[in-house]
Amino acid sequence: MNRLHGTLLAILTAVAFASSGSAQGQVAELAFDSNADFLRTPANIYVGEVGGVGRNSKGRIFVYTRTGHPYATLGDNRTFYRGGSRLFEFDASGKFVGELGQDVYGFNTAFGLKIDADDNIWVVDTSANVVIKFDPQGRIQLVLGRKPEVMAVRPAAPAPPAAAPAAAPGAPAGPPGAGIPGATFNQPTDVTFDKAGNVYVADGVANVNRIAKFAKDGRFIKQWGSTGNAPGQFNGVKALAIDAQGNVYAADLGNKRIQIFDAEGTFKSEFGNVGMPTALCVTSGATQYLYVSHVGDQSGMDDATIYKVGLDGKVVGRFGSAGKLPKEFGVANSIDCRNENELLVGEMSNWRVQKVTFKR
Amino acid sequence: MKRLPGLAFVAVVLAVVLPSGNGVVVAQNRATATNVPVIPHEAVPNFFKNPPGVYTGENMGIATNSKGNIYIYHRAFETRLFEYSPQGVFIREIGRNNYGFAFAHSVRVDAQDNIWAVDEGTDMLVKFAPDGRVLMTIGRREDPVRMLSNMPGAGVYHGRNEKYRFGRQTDVAFDQQGNVFVSDGYFDARVVKYDKNGRFVKAVGTRGNGNNQFNTPHSIATDFQGNVYVGDRGNQRVVVLDNDLNWKTAYPGIGNPWSVCVSGGPGPKNPGKQYLYVSNSWPDGGPAAAAEFTGEIYKMELDGKIVGKFGRAGKAPGEFGTTHQIDCRDPNVLYTAEINAWRSQKILLKPQTTSTN
Repeated sequence: MNRLHGTLLAILTAVAFASSGSAQGQVAELAFDSNADFLRTPANIYVGEVGGVGRNSKGRIFVYTRTGHPYATLGDNRTFYRGGSRLFEFDASGKFVGELGQDVYGFNTAFGLKIDADDNIWVVDTSANVVIKFDPQGRIQLVLGRKPEVMAVRPAAPAPPAAAPAAAPGAPAGPPGAGIPGATFNQPTDVTFDKAGNVYVADGVANVNRIAKFAKDGRFIKQWGSTGNAPGQFNGVKALAIDAQGNVYAADLGNKRIQIFDAEGTFKSEFGNVGMPTALCVTSGATQYLYVSHVGDQSGMDDATIYKVGLDGKVVGRFGSAGKLPKEFGVANSIDCRNENELLVGEMSNWRVQKVTFKR
Repeated sequence: MKRLPGLAFVAVVLAVVLPSGNGVVVAQNRATATNVPVIPHEAVPNFFKNPPGVYTGENMGIATNSKGNIYIYHRAFETRLFEYSPQGVFIREIGRNNYGFAFAHSVRVDAQDNIWAVDEGTDMLVKFAPDGRVLMTIGRREDPVRMLSNMPGAGVYHGRNEKYRFGRQTDVAFDQQGNVFVSDGYFDARVVKYDKNGRFVKAVGTRGNGNNQFNTPHSIATDFQGNVYVGDRGNQRVVVLDNDLNWKTAYPGIGNPWSVCVSGGPGPKNPGKQYLYVSNSWPDGGPAAAAEFTGEIYKMELDGKIVGKFGRAGKAPGEFGTTHQIDCRDPNVLYTAEINAWRSQKILLKPQTTSTN
């Protein structure tokens, strides 16, 4: 059907229906409450599909969301694209405060957001193929990757083309699965940071399947990963998290597992039983846990839950299911767990952020 | 329904074939019903009043709420949803720059006065509370990265029949239990039922002209008994389904139904008698030949008996410049959204003596 998103589509098609999504054996249901009407916006400001949600140290909430319109601009010989996503700020109570990055070049298709230790806001855009760092005042401090210059518009085809791997629009060609050297991304999905401030980018759900590591100043350090299902290979790198020891957890979507690497990319271990891992968040307490959202269908209506997992891969419990009601999750693409008993869960298909609190 | 073969032949000859969006060819036909009484009607002149600098484009959808406020969903620079007072004065805009708006197709108001926008550009239904907050969406806009592979205009009929994705769906209706019915559409050929929480219940229909088949189901309505009326535009009939989407019957003879409306709705159920309005609309290209035998709106009993008709194709007040949606909450006060004339009209029907004698 399409070539641009071929890998992700193939993953979903191949795995979604074969997947029960649930972990083996009995998994404890975690009792929880949710405020699904948490974010409040002024008239005619709309949160759409939530690519990413995060809280800073002061409790401010940032939401990178697909809203407004993706536009095509007709140039002389080429077609350019713009718009489609916005970055909103809310106070701790969910009240709209303002907007960052109005009309910037790379806000097209929101897919991820993280706040670093210094309260900088990092957004990941999966069609502009960029990771953008804003300081707390909203100034752009760093851009990783480059937005493709043009939109690759194809002539009308009489029949859908056969699924074939192809580069993203305007992306440099590279051997499939080999990764693109340096800093050019192909549908990146997530970003995270270690204690030294190094930056790790999940790249991504197209045909690259690598993790790229950059220094704090944006200098490319190294990359690892390729397409496949062996240790150190990926079938869609969807999300990243780093624990207090500096271990890197990578959600390997199509292979239905979490892989764990050291900071240099050396494979350490892996675990499954978390469905199709789509969002990751590691808590910061004395005993750290991972929250992993499972998304079994892209409508968000049939197969979803969120797992709480020990760093050893042992599933502690799970909560929520697919649907549109409160306490149901429609493609949970992002989890904030700065407060481990009060999560923020950003949903794509339900256009909302739920504030999840656990019952003690 | 017996007809002279000659008349049918004439109808075929008079059919106008014109290109529509994405290469779909729409043939608009002269209605075959004969001896239909004409219902006197008039338009309220210049009823809708916009502030300076505010314009509506192609008026695709129109609906009233229980307080008489009117919503118009239209294609301007962007697709937009406007609210008007019962006197036709612009009040405000809802949904500006939300992710579900790209190309308006219809708007309906449910029994709780929530506003449902049907957008065929994003393949989404967006349910707004009366205050404009988004309460629910059904369907999912194509990922922008994937959208590129459909450009320019490479979308085609696919009939993929997915539970939670539409193919240029056209309209929405609700029953007294809050179930949601969607006519879907250009790239699918089916009717889909969801429960009030947006959970899929059932879908019926493939492309064709037999029972349980559709050829561009273009508009949908329900009556208080929960029956579902589908404007099966390409098949020149209104299809009637029961609440579980089982085939009941079809009403031919009224041209190509672009819009259907059942009066009295959307509820709660009231004792008023319900009528079915069906528009044999002037095609959206505005062809001169077709203007001679299209544009009229039929008033029918729910059992299919034609009560009368009114209007004709045209752009003068009281004529219809491609009626795309009708609101008929009050069976004698209709609102029409018109594509070609870039307008909506308030239409007053002269009270009728019942024709069932």
